[in-house]
Amino acid sequence: MIGSLGELLRRAWRHPSGRWGVIVLGLVALAALLAPPFLQDPAAMRDVVAGATAPSLAHPFGTDGLNRDMLSRVANGARVSLAVAGLAVVLALTVGSAVGLIAGYAGGWVDAVLMRAVDAALAIPRLFVILLLLVVWERIPLAALIVVLGTTGWFATSRLVRGEVLRLRHEAFVLAAEGLGATPGRTIVRHLLPNAAGPLLVAATLGVGDVILLEAGLSFLGLGIQPPTPSWGGMVLDARPLIVSAPWTALFPGAAIVLTVLSVNLLGDALQAALDPRSA
Amino acid sequence: MSQPLLEVTDLVKRYEAGGPLRRRHPVYALNGVSFAIARGETLGLVGESGSGKSTLGRIVVRLVPASGGSVRFEGQEVFGLEGAPLRALRRRMQMVFQDPYSSLNPRLRAGTAVAEGLEIHRLLPRGEVAGRVAQLFEEVGLDASYVSRYPHELSGGQRQRVGIARALAVDPGFLVCDEPVSALDVSVQAQVLNLLKGLQQRRQLSFLFIAHDLAVVRQLAHRVGVMYFGRIVELASAEVIIQRPRHPYTRALLSAVPQPDPRRQRSRIVLSGEPPKPTAPPPGCPFFSRCFHPSKDSRCTAELPLLRPVGESQVACHYAERSTNSAP
Amino acid sequence: MSALLELRDLTIRFPTALGESVPVSRVSLRIERGETLALVGESGSGKSLTGLALLGLVPPPGKLDAASQILLDGSDVTRLSGEALRALRGGRIGIVFQDALTSLTPVLTVGDQLREAITAHRKLSARGAREAALALLGEVGLPDPASSYGAYPHELSGGQRQRALIAIALAGQPDLLIADEATTALDVTVQAQVLETLDRLRASRGMAILLITHDLGLVAGRADRVAVMYAGQIVEEASTASLFEAPGHPYTRALFRAIPRLESAVDQLTPIPGGVPLPEEWHAGCRFQPRCSEALDKCATLDPPVVPLAPGASSRCWLPAKGDQ
Repeated sequence: MIGSLGELLRRAWRHPSGRWGVIVLGLVALAALLAPPFLQDPAAMRDVVAGATAPSLAHPFGTDGLNRDMLSRVANGARVSLAVAGLAVVLALTVGSAVGLIAGYAGGWVDAVLMRAVDAALAIPRLFVILLLLVVWERIPLAALIVVLGTTGWFATSRLVRGEVLRLRHEAFVLAAEGLGATPGRTIVRHLLPNAAGPLLVAATLGVGDVILLEAGLSFLGLGIQPPTPSWGGMVLDARPLIVSAPWTALFPGAAIVLTVLSVNLLGDALQAALDPRSA
Repeated sequence: MSQPLLEVTDLVKRYEAGGPLRRRHPVYALNGVSFAIARGETLGLVGESGSGKSTLGRIVVRLVPASGGSVRFEGQEVFGLEGAPLRALRRRMQMVFQDPYSSLNPRLRAGTAVAEGLEIHRLLPRGEVAGRVAQLFEEVGLDASYVSRYPHELSGGQRQRVGIARALAVDPGFLVCDEPVSALDVSVQAQVLNLLKGLQQRRQLSFLFIAHDLAVVRQLAHRVGVMYFGRIVELASAEVIIQRPRHPYTRALLSAVPQPDPRRQRSRIVLSGEPPKPTAPPPGCPFFSRCFHPSKDSRCTAELPLLRPVGESQVACHYAERSTNSAP
Repeated sequence: MSALLELRDLTIRFPTALGESVPVSRVSLRIERGETLALVGESGSGKSLTGLALLGLVPPPGKLDAASQILLDGSDVTRLSGEALRALRGGRIGIVFQDALTSLTPVLTVGDQLREAITAHRKLSARGAREAALALLGEVGLPDPASSYGAYPHELSGGQRQRALIAIALAGQPDLLIADEATTALDVTVQAQVLETLDRLRASRGMAILLITHDLGLVAGRADRVAVMYAGQIVEEASTASLFEAPGHPYTRALFRAIPRLESAVDQLTPIPGGVPLPEEWHAGCRFQPRCSEALDKCATLDPPVVPLAPGASSRCWLPAKGDQ
């Protein structure tokens, strides 16, 4: 049984795939954190005449069509992608957990109404809703984009949390809390939520991967993050005309997307295995 | 005080099996149970699976709603209470659970779990809580260092002690113990039973002690009720139940309790047949299918025997007066 | 005549993150044909692992020590694998576990699972297998074999499920049946019925039974001999009668004192202080010594010898043989 987050991470570390996930994700996060002081966003410094140049010592990832250092662009793109994904997932988890906790705890018609609403929402394709919103709302501000991504992604989480609550609802320790006089709020927050956190954490890491891909796709379509804010999807879009003459302009942002999502998924796998009471 | 501490009258609990689209088969977990517990008394309740004893315990402390009947605690009707009066009631009666592995929140340290009652009812200023928790730990025989441990770092016996400390924190006068030692090793069982006994004497507690093991119940109970299929079939003092049982089920139960005494084996009663299915309760005596009483007859299948005084006991059997000594 | 089953120095080792754990240590036992041997111990004693070892079912990464010997009718079965091992399991040694609900597949009927067990060990036609199955279900005391045959496990009561498990264990006509806490989860009255059935089957089939349990009370009158395990070792072995009359090991004596009795309520029961030690806590010297009220100084550091008390009885203790209660 896991008593703390530290124990959980330690167990995830023991998994070879989890280890890689943590390492790669750590590198990406590091790049995102260090970008401002060390790898300035080159939007301000452009030597347009030179155009795209191949990777070299001065520019390890080469430069893009406007002669901007790719390494800096990718690193700054990391900031944006991780921030958008992180915040959107936090929003989705918060809403989803609240709904799941209430539905699972209350039961009866409250549960029925909430879950039928979730069922209906799940029937509508997420991408469709997002595209609709973004096409209507041109040049969407970053904050609004995060809200859109978050509010379209909480439905599955609520089901997950509700499932955990149903499992725990009649456990002796929950009954003991009620027997001591705990209010429903206290029972939910103190006893149900922390014990439902395990699967929630796994869903969170997988959700981050989902949102990164979603955001990259939207930016590629010109609908998501708007320039001059750097984004990996936007960089791939910009690289389209150069794909044959300067393939590195698409390669590095594309690889960044793939590696980040992969590492997040591996981490999620390892966390899931670590939570399995049968392991160690 | 002549008024009993706890008075249970005609308690009924019905579960609806089957969903809204299928025919409903009500399952009666409790079928009209009545008894009283005096202040300072321990009533033991024994029965096997399907007897309804655990459900009864949970209904008494208002963790599970009843379908009918009433429970009066300290003269007050328990079922109608809500809000503040219900919270006040919860301080007076507490429950100790069976499974040491699920009765503690795995995410809370032992000390935090014990302090919960104190926090909910704001019984002490924040600074004094730790001190009271330490006192409680000492009272249940746990070393002070265990306050910061998580449940998975404690043994089964230690977890049970934490559960008892948690219940004692609010200073209840009445404890429902639902199989508190069944999941423990023999050597630890004795420790926890001794603890409960000592607590009863020191704090003048009353217990409703629910168990399936008569030998365990014997250690603590003044009176014992035997339950079968949602009803009490015999109720008497502990000594009378064990020395002079009148209901055939009680006799079979006594005989089946494993005791480390080879000489007992000669007079062993082994029941044949199956108990009735909860979804299909028979109209007459539910024990009929396994009963070995020499006088059993058609009256038993037609008419449900009610609990009535016979000698020193109360027995639910039409032929309780006649001896069962010629049984198989 | 050699014993049906003989364990010699059975030792099971588990590699763990903190080194090596040895939950079963040099266990030696004999089971004669047709007798019931009870293996008694609390949780952590290693009794269940011992039973599993007989069938090669020790969960990995656990392994039998090279010096361990399990002799079935004189031949060592520790190295068996493949076809021979499958023939052993169910064919020579059967096992019944505690929880019938998890031992039986929920999606197959009892009859299907029983037939599968039968045909794994006997060459029978489909009709023959079905008839053999029905006969077995009747033999284990199920009142309506035909309806039990067609039922799914969850449709049966606990006692009926356990009987079905016994039937499956007997399908291969084993010489030895291991009952690993087989009745622990059952009601007391049902437990009595099932144990009675096991005894009847033992007599009618000439089978031996290894009764693994934590309950000394179960043993009285149901076993011929008893072996008591503590912390991975056998601490006492005796005939049931002499064990109950005069237990030879302090742990056994302490257990008897700690068991609540029907006849009387004592003011305070006599528990065994402390708790069962985990394998990490085992050390040189007697493993029971930290909790023993009769311990001598040397018990803490010197491994106690296995001292014979009478023919077939022994105790792993430094104290001179004596019995008191």
